[in-house]
Amino acid sequence: MTRRRLLIAVLVLVLAGIAWAVLAWPRAQFVPSRSPQAWAATPENIARGAYLARAGDCIACHTARGGAAYAGGRAIDTPFGRLYGPNLTPDPATGLGNWSADDFWQALHNGIGRDGRLLYPAFPYTHYTKVTRDDADALYAWLRTLPPVRQANRPHALRFPYDSQLALAGWRLLWFRPGVHQDSASKPAEWNRGAYLVEGLGHCSACHSTRNAFGAAQAGLSGGLLPGIGWYAPSLSAGSEAGLGDWEVPHIVQLLHTGVAPQGAVFGPMAEVVGRSLQHLSEADVRAMAVYLKALPATREAPRPAALPPQEDTLKLGRQLCENHCIDCHGGDGRGAALAYPPLAGNRALTMMEPVNAIRIVLNGGFPPATRGNPRPYGMPPFSPVLSDTEVAAVVSYVRASWGNAAPAVTAAQVNRYRAVPLD
Amino acid sequence: MRGLPCFVLAFLPAVVLAQQPARTVPDTLAQRVLACTACHGSPTTPPARDSRQYFPRIAGKPAGYLYNQLTNFREGRRQYPQMTWMVEHLSDDYLREIADYFSTQHIPAPVLERASLPAAQLARGQVLVTRGDSALQVPACIACHGARLTGALPAIPGLVGLPRDYINSQFGAWRNGSRRAHAPDCMATIAARLSLEDVAAISAWLASEAQPADPSPVPALERPLPLACGSAPEPRS
Repeated sequence: MTRRRLLIAVLVLVLAGIAWAVLAWPRAQFVPSRSPQAWAATPENIARGAYLARAGDCIACHTARGGAAYAGGRAIDTPFGRLYGPNLTPDPATGLGNWSADDFWQALHNGIGRDGRLLYPAFPYTHYTKVTRDDADALYAWLRTLPPVRQANRPHALRFPYDSQLALAGWRLLWFRPGVHQDSASKPAEWNRGAYLVEGLGHCSACHSTRNAFGAAQAGLSGGLLPGIGWYAPSLSAGSEAGLGDWEVPHIVQLLHTGVAPQGAVFGPMAEVVGRSLQHLSEADVRAMAVYLKALPATREAPRPAALPPQEDTLKLGRQLCENHCIDCHGGDGRGAALAYPPLAGNRALTMMEPVNAIRIVLNGGFPPATRGNPRPYGMPPFSPVLSDTEVAAVVSYVRASWGNAAPAVTAAQVNRYRAVPLD
Repeated sequence: MRGLPCFVLAFLPAVVLAQQPARTVPDTLAQRVLACTACHGSPTTPPARDSRQYFPRIAGKPAGYLYNQLTNFREGRRQYPQMTWMVEHLSDDYLREIADYFSTQHIPAPVLERASLPAAQLARGQVLVTRGDSALQVPACIACHGARLTGALPAIPGLVGLPRDYINSQFGAWRNGSRRAHAPDCMATIAARLSLEDVAAISAWLASEAQPADPSPVPALERPLPLACGSAPEPRS
């Protein structure tokens, strides 16, 4: 009798487990096109699709350096192995030539390829699933107009078990729910438009959030290290990082649209986002994103432990080097110069706890992106050829501890890790 | 009442400071490209001694050549991550303006001591540069890069004033395909025909040849060129 009861209990548990899996399974969700007119090759659809592709920054992953646009081939390094963006051009043999509008919806909304295979979430369908069917159809209409390029997709190089469909199915079970963005009735239209762009096509949290051990982005935009390329995408909700609660909306718009604002400039991977995507959006859409980002609930931050001031000799070396190398452009008062050179005083890109970006900026230098609003940006020299690890550490420690800044010092060993320029 | 103006005056400097608009800097290309001149030098700040050992002179090279190289870095036809990083998000228009700017400059270049180089190597270098080697099917450098080796308009670079290591590494890059130009890639063809000894001879001789009094590129070359070059195509007849 007891044995039978035990058996029944086990059976019930197993059945419950299966039922949970089935219920929780992110079943492909199909939303039909409004009408074939939604993806017809009309000038309106094509123009809107091209615009939405900019909003999604599709080109970034689907174009190799110097390669044909949207023909794929760019390598994306992840902790699970290397993936290659596939060919999106309408070549029947190697691209999307044989795809229907429904096939495209399946990929964008459900993360399922035309052959039924589950797609890797490096393609951020966890975000794109929020895109409306109408917008997906416009994207499809535009994709059909690209010049077809015959370029076979490079097979992904993922390690076991990440290369198996079963592992992917399990991942989706845990971390993926398909569903179009739903406007919040209690919020203004502009906020909703911003939410749609930031959480959907913009896929901001693909970088600006911490990924868990399974590579799934955590909810919110609370910042994260980009492991493949060695940059830190700051929190967009923490006041000590890139939280925008205290910024005026016009300054957020200015930064996202032109790459520079009085408080700072975009650099590293964000320069790419502004250069390839955001600068091409309408001011109204960028403003909607700014409004949404500014309204993110602020992260509650524990007061930072008082930073030990850098060693006296580090400060002395840092000050001396800065007098030679920093202040001609950034000013002796650390306040920068108009939109040419960002301030160092109070610049959170320098003062946030994670120092990798500050180190990279000093080592690699660079230009903000050339944009319509800032077509001829001022550049910063790379200091890796002229300064040693110890010297760079002294400079970064000094600027993190001067003009009211109070961030911990960095070490030469930290600098050394980031000497090489990260490229795809 | 009398105290008030003094009170206001006492605080004025602080108020003015707080409301002062941010400092402005010169609205010039020279100011914008300080990121470039830190390594490549400018007429007012020549490159640092360390930089001279590798970074090439860009001042005075034809604008067409400089523009091609900037876009080659951006699009992966040349491999030098730091350069790709610098130009990655700059537009064609801006890169053209930067190329034009550097093409009009002149910076005296350091010259390697000839006495420090083996005489046989220098002799072989001079032969290859000025006469070429018909057995190897290698034309003379001067046939395309100008009799004074100062390059030719619009897009052939001058060769004097370049560091020896830089020249050597470019030949290496052409040989292994990591430096490419518009097809047909004439320099890749030439590099494949030269032995490493010949490359060393050429770079030693070039790096030790003083820049001529007139460093400007020649306006036009005798056509056709000995080899078809995608970066310097024959004019359409």
